[in-house]
Amino acid sequence: MIVGKKGKIKKMAENLSESGAGRSLWKDARMRFMQNKAATISLFILLSIVLFSFIGPYFAVWSYEQIDWNAMGSAARVGMPSIESGHFFGTDDLGRDLYSRVIQGTQISLMVGVLGATVAVIVGTLYGATSGYLGGRTDQIMMRIVDILMSIPYMFVLILLLVVFGRSIGMLFIGIGLLSWLDMSRIVRGQTLNLKNKEFIEAARVTGVSDFKIITRHIVPNLLGIVAVYATLLVPGIILAESFISFLGLGVQEPSTSWGALIKEGAGTISYDTEWQLLFPLAFFVVSLFCFYFIGDGLRDALDPKER
Amino acid sequence: MSLLDVKNLKVEFETADGVVSAVNNVNFSIDEGKILAIVGESGSGKSQTVFGMTGLLDHNGKATGSVMFEGEEILNLSNEKLNQIRAEKIAMIFQDPMTSLNPYVRVSEQMTEVLIHHQGLSKSDALKQSISMLDAVRIPDAVNRIRMYPHEFSGGMRQRVMIAMSLLCRPKLLIADEPTTALDVTVQAQIMKLLADLQKDFGMSIILITHDLGVVAGSSDDMLVMYGGEIMEIGKTEDIYSSPTHPYTQGLMSAVPRLNDSEERLTTIPGNPPNMMKAPEGCPFAPRCNYTLDKCNSDSPVLAKVSDNHFRACHVAKEKIS
Amino acid sequence: MSNQEILEVKNLKVNFDVRSEGDMPWTKAKKLKAVNDVSFSLKAGETLGVVGESGCGKSTLARAIVKMVPAESGEVVWLGNDLLGMSSAEIRPYRKQIQMIFQDPLASLNPRMNIGEIIAEPLRTHYPKTPESDVQARVSDVMNKVGLLDNLMNRYPHEFSGGQCQRIGIARALILKPKLIICDEPVSALDVSIQAQVVNLLMDLQEEMDLALIFIAHDLSVVKHISTKIMVLYLGNMVELANSEDIYKAPSHPYTQALISAVPIPDPSVEKNKDLILIEGELPSPINPPSGCVFRTRCHKAQEVCANEKPDFKGLSKDHSVACHFHD
Repeated sequence: MIVGKKGKIKKMAENLSESGAGRSLWKDARMRFMQNKAATISLFILLSIVLFSFIGPYFAVWSYEQIDWNAMGSAARVGMPSIESGHFFGTDDLGRDLYSRVIQGTQISLMVGVLGATVAVIVGTLYGATSGYLGGRTDQIMMRIVDILMSIPYMFVLILLLVVFGRSIGMLFIGIGLLSWLDMSRIVRGQTLNLKNKEFIEAARVTGVSDFKIITRHIVPNLLGIVAVYATLLVPGIILAESFISFLGLGVQEPSTSWGALIKEGAGTISYDTEWQLLFPLAFFVVSLFCFYFIGDGLRDALDPKER
Repeated sequence: MSLLDVKNLKVEFETADGVVSAVNNVNFSIDEGKILAIVGESGSGKSQTVFGMTGLLDHNGKATGSVMFEGEEILNLSNEKLNQIRAEKIAMIFQDPMTSLNPYVRVSEQMTEVLIHHQGLSKSDALKQSISMLDAVRIPDAVNRIRMYPHEFSGGMRQRVMIAMSLLCRPKLLIADEPTTALDVTVQAQIMKLLADLQKDFGMSIILITHDLGVVAGSSDDMLVMYGGEIMEIGKTEDIYSSPTHPYTQGLMSAVPRLNDSEERLTTIPGNPPNMMKAPEGCPFAPRCNYTLDKCNSDSPVLAKVSDNHFRACHVAKEKIS
Repeated sequence: MSNQEILEVKNLKVNFDVRSEGDMPWTKAKKLKAVNDVSFSLKAGETLGVVGESGCGKSTLARAIVKMVPAESGEVVWLGNDLLGMSSAEIRPYRKQIQMIFQDPLASLNPRMNIGEIIAEPLRTHYPKTPESDVQARVSDVMNKVGLLDNLMNRYPHEFSGGQCQRIGIARALILKPKLIICDEPVSALDVSIQAQVVNLLMDLQEEMDLALIFIAHDLSVVKHISTKIMVLYLGNMVELANSEDIYKAPSHPYTQALISAVPIPDPSVEKNKDLILIEGELPSPINPPSGCVFRTRCHKAQEVCANEKPDFKGLSKDHSVACHFHD
């Protein structure tokens, strides 16, 4: 209650700044995000990683599938990271260039994460917003479907799919995308129910704005905040899932690779004094995940200042 | 000696956009057994004044000045001591009783807890006292109702429970922050009558914070009018109503729609409430005032005596304000 | 035109289904009579004030008129057409003639849209082909009308104070030049000095545009200033309907009397000495309303007949009707 009073004073102050152009909530949020050091630095690091995965290949001496016959089988002695040999990150046990492979793994893992999250966000938002806005029996049925899907053990089904239909990135997408929108749709539905009773929605309905326009113009823009937060937190989740599957040896197919697959190989050979095979992919993996979580946190604080 | 003596109270908040001064140099005192009303609109600093006094400010708030309660300085005491004072001597009730009632605990437990903890009563004695207090605030069937949860009471009844709880330790001073704002008029009338009766029975003092001039007129002995964190006018309620001497007080009085006049158009105060983030130099009301002099925009007026117990903070001569 | 009735509400009833927690899915829901048999009519340029305490059904009544909540039975005749019988497509053209403003000024504006977009929305909805320059002109025109500077068009709702937000809400309601505006507690959330500004603005606009208003409030003194006639609701039932002067000078229903006496008068000499008619007890549950007269459980005049017979809503004079067996 005291916090509320303070918020009111602050709000009033903003209300009355008479000069300058309007400050949209997005602009406000951006300013608050920029003030969050951890989140800004994370964003910078993450962008660097993404950039690296695109420019990196131009500096590579070896491609990701090319085998350096010198290093093959004697990675511990010959395949260590070095500038002269062109293996900046060393080689793996088969003599393949780890630098190129890490870049490739980064691309694949990030793509799986981002695409998976995008699919989940689009499906989840539309499903949840529709369910919440229509309400009543439709809402009940739609949400029970979500409940049923949620009760299916997700990893088990995913592994089964990959075993039965063979390993492929496409299958992995379908498997992960199919299930990760469920949480999204629940969150969105809850928010929609909240919004639905707001007076500005009522105002639009009284004016005669169509349901479709109300959903797209009034409800979805007000959901974007929470959706953005959830999406940034969903990406690392999906990357983790993919890595886990790849770690089990069921994910991407050779010679393609991903963080999970690289980490698996590196972990398998750790006893042969080739620790770089584990450390390079692991570093990328851990740093990226941290970045995503920090950004998600920063976004949440920026978009919903009341919750702090 | 007065029960409570507030001198040069200032409340400031540290925010991301700089320091906001919510209350500025507020002075007042209240005698035993009196009702003082603090009147103001949103953002006038009326609530922050009492929060500052009682150590309930938000973590980024800071109060300076002096608050003497029963002859002792209580401003910025340790939390422990303030808690004790707030439990035993200065009670507070708020606009929304649910902010101070735990929805998951029965009323009986919430009430007896106070007595057991602060007065060392046994459980059965505490329960007995709690029930008689609920009787005192005229909750019918108190013996059974005390076992209910807060949400099972209606809004007006909940406010009564809140009042009963705050009176359990027989406080010297009751601070009521907009106690009836969320209630319907008929319930408001009941609660205000109840408060007046209880004040007489218990002989306590009340600080009534409100924006409703009708409520003030019906219940208070003295009143102070705040605007932009400063006191505009202070005095006996009757005096201020019969001859308001500050332009803001006047504006406020005439802006209230009345049942008993047939004037069609309402008189308004032009403009918008003050911006506390960049408080204006000089008088906070100057931008909306009809009588503004050059001086008003640069110098803050100080409270000056109009008559006994009646003070105003305005540069414009009293006679010029009609 | 001015003397013609534009809105006529006949025997409007709104029920809500209420399920308690332990109910099985097949148990029949209880009926909550939110609005029970309300009738009134309204002419252009007139204001009907609707007063009552929280839970009396005044907001539901407003929403039933614009079909935001479904009515159980009755008629809402708008310029000769019954709105309740229409499909949502049929009712669309009428939507531009009836607009609404709301209690919480900030919550009634979409925080992600700027003021220009908010005010223009009704126009763009009903006349999607209006050229952009015309839309802008209409928006700045209506903004000036409600006392806002039109260079604020690109700003967002959170940058405004409560009073200004309410002006934005009024501008949005006005842009289609409606014939009726339903005001649901438009000033309850505002400060006294701002309240007066908004009430005056509404009265000016009404005069200028020959608007009819339905003004819902719990504050009788505000309602009195703006209304031509006033309806008092209790538990969804009309208890009194009269010219605004009559209601205050000669309230007939015990509830109206109590309501008026409870309004504090900002004058210590009057307020401290007035005889208060206090209503005892609590509002009965609308799911189980009292038999007969709904007010009888709290009425100081109640007698046996009040429990057995529901009082008719009968006219005392041409413009004054009351539902009470023992009215003054």
